[in-house]
Amino acid sequence: MSEFEMVQLLSPTGERVHHGDYDVDFNDEEYRGLYRDLVMIRRFDAEATALQRQGELGLWAPLLGQEAAQIGAGRALAPQDMAFPTYREHGVAFCRGVDLVQVLSMFRCVDLGAWNPAEHNMHLYTIVIGDQTLHATGYAMGVAKDGAIGSASGTATMAFLGDGATSEGAVNEALVWAGVFEAPLVFFCQNNQYAISESTDHQTRVPLAGRAPGFGIPGIRVDGNDVLASYAVTKAALDRARMGEGPSFIEAFTYRMGAHTTSDDPTRYREGSEVDAWKAKDPISRYRAFLTNNGLADEDFFDQIDAEAEANAIAARTACLALPDPAPLSLFDNVYANGSPPLERQRDEFAAYLDSFADTEEAAK
Amino acid sequence: MSTMTMGKALNSGLRTVLDNDPKTILMGQDIGKLGGVFRITDGLQKDFGSARVVDAPLGEAGIIGTAIGLALRGFRPVCEIQFDGFVFPAFDQITTMLAKMHYRSAGKLRLPITIRIPYGGGIGAVEHHSESPESYFIHTAGLKVVTPSTPADAFAMIQQSVTSDDPIIFLEPKRRYWDKGEIVEDSNDWSALHSARVVREGTDATVAAYGPMVKTSLQAADAAASEGRNVEVIDLRTLAPLDLEPVFTSVRKTGRLIVVHEAPMTLGLGAEISARVTQECFYSLEAPVLRVTGFDTPYPAARVEETYLPDLDRVLDAVDRSFDY
Ligand SMILES: Cc1ncc(C[n+]2csc(CCOP(=O)(O)OP(=O)(O)O)c2C)c(N)n1
Repeated sequence: MSEFEMVQLLSPTGERVHHGDYDVDFNDEEYRGLYRDLVMIRRFDAEATALQRQGELGLWAPLLGQEAAQIGAGRALAPQDMAFPTYREHGVAFCRGVDLVQVLSMFRCVDLGAWNPAEHNMHLYTIVIGDQTLHATGYAMGVAKDGAIGSASGTATMAFLGDGATSEGAVNEALVWAGVFEAPLVFFCQNNQYAISESTDHQTRVPLAGRAPGFGIPGIRVDGNDVLASYAVTKAALDRARMGEGPSFIEAFTYRMGAHTTSDDPTRYREGSEVDAWKAKDPISRYRAFLTNNGLADEDFFDQIDAEAEANAIAARTACLALPDPAPLSLFDNVYANGSPPLERQRDEFAAYLDSFADTEEAAK
Repeated sequence: MSTMTMGKALNSGLRTVLDNDPKTILMGQDIGKLGGVFRITDGLQKDFGSARVVDAPLGEAGIIGTAIGLALRGFRPVCEIQFDGFVFPAFDQITTMLAKMHYRSAGKLRLPITIRIPYGGGIGAVEHHSESPESYFIHTAGLKVVTPSTPADAFAMIQQSVTSDDPIIFLEPKRRYWDKGEIVEDSNDWSALHSARVVREGTDATVAAYGPMVKTSLQAADAAASEGRNVEVIDLRTLAPLDLEPVFTSVRKTGRLIVVHEAPMTLGLGAEISARVTQECFYSLEAPVLRVTGFDTPYPAARVEETYLPDLDRVLDAVDRSFDY
């Protein structure tokens, strides 16, 4: 499976690699900006994992190891583009300007999705595996119907998914629809090698990127631990979509360094040696070496970013802990856009029931 | 006799059916090496091999659809759906194929498939991990639906379900996985699979519940006792087909019935029970049948799930209301 060609612009030790089709043209500032993104999101992710361990989140799906894939993809998106995430796209949320506390709130179980998708052009997280790929496809079809493609300022849509998700019927239908309707869409599949405990060979006997052509969609594999390659490949695919040239499928080859979620125990299904081998391909140390070797950043810069990331993580923690619990009766809100009298009656009866306790507490005083 | 958790009891029951019948196979996501996210199948792949305890690709329609094919070929598949909210990609296979195959083949085909689903709330989980979808399946003729409330019943009922020739939706009350109870491993002196049971005798009111709500109802009955009310509690155990005789008998004695479930009220099992009890026991009833259920909303964020879920106080309140008539 690893024979498939993989686009790479940075070697694991941070050497710049030349590729015939893909390149980036960042200025120094932009190069440094990507480093900041990577470090900010890793530090935030570590804080969220800690919060969960301390009982402050119901669950957390760590992105550790997948920072370059997500930041590359997230930064390649133009403001008008629309992203449909899974539940692990914290790096993309960061790039889309979502307040990371709103990412934490769903995992703290105070809400089911906090941000306004229209404000960030990023849909809410979807937990049911693969469902969002069909939504993304439909959204992209709508963009095409609106005529919002065909120029450099056209709108592209991106569907995020995992390797496991490729087995779901919904994802295969999304690929069919996207192919048939030539939807202006990019499937961005992070192959982090596992769906919980199941390695990717439980889902496919061929490289995931190699499956796309069967749906009439070009497939490409990119080194997901290489932020430059992730950016370049995604940018090209998004441009293709916005110009009206059809969908693409990107397999970002990466590794989930942490547990699937904080309730998982990876020692049950993978060897420490495998994790160590991937550690040597770490997305951040590779990029840092590249910046250093090319005189793009120095220790002072790195220290300054560390300090900023630290402050940001602590601020997110503080804000997370201050999130109020929802009011009991709020669970009746927003079930229907146009309301439902029977449900209102149910709420009122329950409110009266709750009030009866207030009365007894009052009487007990 | 040994003491074990419901999770371990299910594991023991599955081990027994795998031991007894080489055609029995387990399929599901992460059930092999990991032993399932709740470890219900822990160690089974190691002992029975990956051909009989199969880590399936991530597709619920695939799991149930291929189980149907395997059953047509003489196997007895036991499928695990990882969480209640993830059964719906397989809904078509379950309701339109699995449920109807025996009927449309005029009895020529049998699909002895058990679908295990951890269900219900109370564990502080994110969305789609706390639902109670039983009504969809109860409403589909051809499916049987059962749910244990104790380790002993879990141990017995999983074996009875797997060896039954009907498709069975086996709902596991996930918040009770860690509750302990006594089981007799080398006996099969069990209640019939499709039978309800009085789990606490009483004379003043009847509470009928199932799965996770049996424990809650028993606690409410204890609390009611301290207020001088003697509440009878019935564990329904089987939701389709329903065994309502014990409920009728009880209601003829007490005159009052409260049905408790986590699933939303509208068209929940309480509605059916209420209709049937009204029909059968009309002249015995001292008060209308009352329901204590989840609300007619999506399952809310877990920080308010204690508000959504029926609890001891809400059951007691219903008992009081029943007496206020
Ligand atoms: C339809 C459905 N089935 C099962 C699950 C339970 N589940 C949550 S994450 C996961 C694995 C997903 O793997 P992959 O698509 O590779 O994404 P990753 O979590 O590795 O990012 C599973 C099985 C789910 N959320 N939705």
